[in-house]
Amino acid sequence: MGLEMSYNHLLKLMFILISFDVQAGPPAPALGQPLAGGRAQSALSVVFPDGRGLPPGSGSVEAGRGLYAARCATCHGVAGRGGPGGELAGGRSDLTAEQPDQTIGTYWPYATTLFDFIRRAMPMDAPWSLADDEVYALTAYLLHINGVVEADATLDAAALAAVRMPNREGFVGIEAHPSAP
Amino acid sequence: MKDKSNFDSKDNAEAAGNGLLNRRVFLGGAAGALTLSFTAPLPATPRDALAPGQRVPGAPFTNYGQPSPYERGVVRWIAANDAVPGNGIAWTPLEQLDGALTPNGLHFERHHNGIPDIDPAAHRLRIAGNVARPLEFDVDALLRYPRVSRTCFVECGGNSNAAWRRRPVQTTAGNFHGLVSGSEWTGVPLALLLDEAGVAEDAHWVIAEGADAFSLTMSIPLAKARRDCLLALFQNGERLRPSQGYPVRLLVPGWEGVLNVKWLKGLYLADQPAMARNETAKYTELQPDGRARQFTFTMGPKSLITRPSAQMRLPAPGFYEISGLAWSGYGRVARVEVSADAGASWAEAALAEPILPAALTRFRAPWQWSGGPAVLQSRVTDEHGNVQPSRAALLAERGRHGYYHYNAIVSWAVADDGYVTHTYVDTPIEKTPLEDLFMDEEWD
Repeated sequence: MGLEMSYNHLLKLMFILISFDVQAGPPAPALGQPLAGGRAQSALSVVFPDGRGLPPGSGSVEAGRGLYAARCATCHGVAGRGGPGGELAGGRSDLTAEQPDQTIGTYWPYATTLFDFIRRAMPMDAPWSLADDEVYALTAYLLHINGVVEADATLDAAALAAVRMPNREGFVGIEAHPSAP
Repeated sequence: MKDKSNFDSKDNAEAAGNGLLNRRVFLGGAAGALTLSFTAPLPATPRDALAPGQRVPGAPFTNYGQPSPYERGVVRWIAANDAVPGNGIAWTPLEQLDGALTPNGLHFERHHNGIPDIDPAAHRLRIAGNVARPLEFDVDALLRYPRVSRTCFVECGGNSNAAWRRRPVQTTAGNFHGLVSGSEWTGVPLALLLDEAGVAEDAHWVIAEGADAFSLTMSIPLAKARRDCLLALFQNGERLRPSQGYPVRLLVPGWEGVLNVKWLKGLYLADQPAMARNETAKYTELQPDGRARQFTFTMGPKSLITRPSAQMRLPAPGFYEISGLAWSGYGRVARVEVSADAGASWAEAALAEPILPAALTRFRAPWQWSGGPAVLQSRVTDEHGNVQPSRAALLAERGRHGYYHYNAIVSWAVADDGYVTHTYVDTPIEKTPLEDLFMDEEWD
């Protein structure tokens, strides 16, 4: 009887050890090279809705107007309307209309996304060519032609993070909530 | 095994209306199979029966094989932005392929700003953000990690979007539904590298960034990243093609194609998603109530018949094998039914092994075409009971402006002259749909 119990205990112990091993996954060589704190931060180009990741600098609607004409209008049209690229402004209908206009002003939920996207991807013939001040200026201009900020607005990290977009509550997370673990 | 000689009447019987036969019918034994109506004379001697290639030595070896020159028409169809040639799509010619794996050179492509030329010796993958140990890996290091292989589909979230139109688009199956392809991907489980970096308690999202001229970033829930994501280094046995993310891409099985970030250079752990442009302004689905579905990751159950399909012509009445692809991002395909009478009756199709989770699955069903009108459809059910919806049901639920995640039943109409066209059977077809003219106007 005593022998049988210890045999069962042994089986249980083996089972626990095996399960633990499976959960830990296969052995891996740990070949990652450590990134120093500064490099780790500079590697992170992502801008978050709360403004984390926004660089220093600023830009005005007025500065953005000229930049837009020079760098953006070929694809996105005058004042964000027309052109082969996405329609950026001039949404005339609400999102429940038969033909809804999905523009920055009517659809985009976060203003920080504009800075992040322009900096990383625009203009498409020379991405990452705009200085951070220029990206702030273009962001300000696009928000202005969408009726989100005034004509005399100048945006920096704090001001941009504080902008509340008209369609901020327009999204339903189907398979994940942004803050859900 | 049955053969022609012991065919029984039960197997020969129609399994559903308008000529669908029992799936156990053998191709060679099908009633009414095409038979040649003339008899060729038998050659007099073996020399008279030689094929041209039997008299001359053949071509020598090649270092990397190519398809037969007679198959040069089997290519991807490209649709790109005139102003930015690397911004667009290339469709897999589904109707010209068979089996469940896509040749690497025909895998669909969606690039936002071209294919970068990356020297693997200079490429780095960095893991940073909310981790105990920010790390950097070169490609040689990644190649030393234990690998796993995963056969699965990758499907663009925008695949089949022309089906939202009010009038059925007329093009081939591939040029319509071919933003899906199937491969065996081999690489390093992402969980291994996340564990090495030491994910912080408050990190719930992984933000992946590509090293292309779009610097594509996408946010992926940490739970999925740990569960089954791979850092893919090989596709169908060979190193990734540049167009598929060489030297390393993220593989996110069963989820939207855009999450499978190519040319992967960064993984940033965070407590929240980045709310990047391609998870807010794009790849979200506007609903009739004005709210948009966001983070719709899983590609739903979907199937279509690839043969016969639109723009083909059946040469004569008689036997045909209906064949197509079915898949579900939720798991394995459990069954596929086919109809030849616009959904009035359904027959069970045969499924080709292996049937793998979130993988393309080939189905086949024998059909005796009478020569009269027919509407061919397929409908998949996955192992969790998710059923591919009718077009009417999908439109009722999602409206017309969702753009992404179209997975409704596809209908091919066979006319009495044998021509196959795309049609809608349970929703109206409008004659002058103004909105259709503008659907493909914008590029991003």
